[in-house]
Amino acid sequence: MVALRLVNISKKAGKRQILKNVSLEISDGELFVITGPPGAGKTTILKIIAGLIAPDEGEVYIGDQIVNTVPPGDRDVGMVFEVPPIYPNRTGFQNIAFPLEIKKANDEEIKERVEAVAKLLQITHLLERKPTTYSGGELQRVALARVLVRKPRILLLDEPLKNLDAKIRERTRVELKRLQREFGITMVFSTHDQIEATAVGDRIAVINEGIIEQIGAPEEVYNSPRTVFAARFIGSPTMNLTECALKQMGDRWVLDASDFNVDVTAHVRAIEREAMTSELLLGVRPEDITLLNSPENSRCFEGQVELIQNFGDERVVTVRVAKTSLNGLVGKDRIFTYGQRVYVKFREEKVHAFYRKTGIAIV
Amino acid sequence: MPKLVVKNLRKVFGTFEAVKDVSFQVEEKETLCLLGPSGCGKTTTLRIIAGLEVPTSGEVFLDGILVNDVLPQKRQIGLVFQDYAIFPHLSVFENIAYGLRVRKVPEAQIRKKVHDTAALIDVENILDMSGKKLGLSEMQRVAIGRSIVLDPKLLLLDEPLSNIDAKARERMRAELGKLQKEIGIATVYVTHDQLEAMTLADRIAVMRDGLIEQMGTTSEIYDNPRTLFVANFIGSPSMNLMDCEPVYSEGRVVLKSGDFSLDITEFAETVKSKSKGKELVLGIRPEDVSLDVDKTDPKAMEAEVQLVEPIGAKSIYHLKIGGPAILSKDRAMPEVNVGSKVWATFNKDKLHIFDKKIEEAIF
Repeated sequence: MVALRLVNISKKAGKRQILKNVSLEISDGELFVITGPPGAGKTTILKIIAGLIAPDEGEVYIGDQIVNTVPPGDRDVGMVFEVPPIYPNRTGFQNIAFPLEIKKANDEEIKERVEAVAKLLQITHLLERKPTTYSGGELQRVALARVLVRKPRILLLDEPLKNLDAKIRERTRVELKRLQREFGITMVFSTHDQIEATAVGDRIAVINEGIIEQIGAPEEVYNSPRTVFAARFIGSPTMNLTECALKQMGDRWVLDASDFNVDVTAHVRAIEREAMTSELLLGVRPEDITLLNSPENSRCFEGQVELIQNFGDERVVTVRVAKTSLNGLVGKDRIFTYGQRVYVKFREEKVHAFYRKTGIAIV
Repeated sequence: MPKLVVKNLRKVFGTFEAVKDVSFQVEEKETLCLLGPSGCGKTTTLRIIAGLEVPTSGEVFLDGILVNDVLPQKRQIGLVFQDYAIFPHLSVFENIAYGLRVRKVPEAQIRKKVHDTAALIDVENILDMSGKKLGLSEMQRVAIGRSIVLDPKLLLLDEPLSNIDAKARERMRAELGKLQKEIGIATVYVTHDQLEAMTLADRIAVMRDGLIEQMGTTSEIYDNPRTLFVANFIGSPSMNLMDCEPVYSEGRVVLKSGDFSLDITEFAETVKSKSKGKELVLGIRPEDVSLDVDKTDPKAMEAEVQLVEPIGAKSIYHLKIGGPAILSKDRAMPEVNVGSKVWATFNKDKLHIFDKKIEEAIF
């Protein structure tokens, strides 16, 4: 069943268009992630869902009801903010119990529900302590508990992991995903960190300057990005993108980037006619580049190692082919040196192409 | 002769011993990274080298000369801070020229030096642009240019990438890496981000509680962590670490942890001679646990998938093998989902075994 639906939502702040025609549909029990750079409009979407901001245009549905005029408190939506407003002079228990007290639940029910949610989030030891003694991760979990205790139909999390240390962030993101599964709760999560987005999301929406560029399962967006922006934003190290043109060479078709080219004869039938006369961008993911010590065939391009970045389990090797720098991903057991001559080979079946003007992918 | 020698540095603030006993050297053209969690003493160490803090005891030598009593501005050290501290009201030219003007260098010489530096850091085209109009990567380059124009003996960088969002950070890291290679000045780089340290440093000193826990090349630190702390801190996702006990029977040695067991007979002698107690910790990096849908390796262990985190070409699989939860980082496999049964193989060449009591590696 559909838990939440946004239809053509637009929002301006002064002259600035924050959201343009945003539409999306989220199913019950889904973990949906909105990801994009800072200022893309992520938080505004969450606030519109929560009812903290009214859209200029468009409708918000929760279940099958329009809620545009329903006040935040009656929407059955809980929101956890980037910096959670926790009361410093109340204990963990009192903080978590607060929303139930407002609803005038009886003491027994409050105790039962607070303890249940605390056990689930493994914060029972924090119930008697005050927030000033909590670590960043603990504070975040208490804030989450305070929202969860209300059992909202939809839980909104605005950059919940942003202020945590790298190591704790990694662990907390797994906890959140497990929790979401156990609770079966519908969760909408915003993050500027694309790795976090693909790691936790059942589906992700990539947003840029108020426009949704693509919605899909993480694998789908990674393997078949529909726009240059989505291609560049999702994936680390970033996809290599170079200007190119589609050209016929004898009986072969190539994407010609002048310093090198990629044979796409096998796919050319699927390529639109328009592509032949347009300026294009060639996209190759770093893992689809193979670096060889000697050329295997005439489809390899000579280059020089310009930069080596050791990621531990892998290395990103930047190779300069004539005037173009390309990033290739290699295993940790392969050793390269600066200035070394290498040959670049492309996994041609994995190459992407986009219209340069519109940024739209060529099918 | 090493560019920088730090000998038995100690710094006490009141009752807090921020730096206990730190010694290291930095060679010509080398980048050494001080890496550790907040509070480990890395920034204090950097500030002592810069002359911004006076050490309680210990010595700092630059080019073989003791500089403990030399004022910061006379040390010929370039400092680049977290927020770059670009003067917004000055042009790029004047930002770079600033230190030269303070030192009353003649105008003709200033012009030459600023232009030479601008060529090196690739800002020749924007010398007239005002500081407040600069983008992130330009700010980074100008901040470094402003330091190197003074011909420093040593460059100190204090978490220069920490306030930048994830996607931009990836780009800035690569740019900083290239710039470092071109400039070729000995550098001490402070960060809490292990990936930044891995990709930018020649050598890393991992710090904890005011001491250097391990120092070595990036590969040494990653492949042969000498303590549990280093093993856990370096690498993302973190190394799998399982408490276990060696069980000896019929000439074989098996490490047991609940229902999980791993035959390590080939390492029996080393384990026996080097371990002080019976309690061991088995460590293996997620990328050294490979997965298959079918049992192709006779030594493969049956595992249940509990969570999948797609991160592009690879995924992080959370597995249950007997007792403990184990992470595997392997190629994305669309057929593997939560609840799937898979076969996991440990790469035995990449095993780590630690003594639990003293927290040190046996091998």
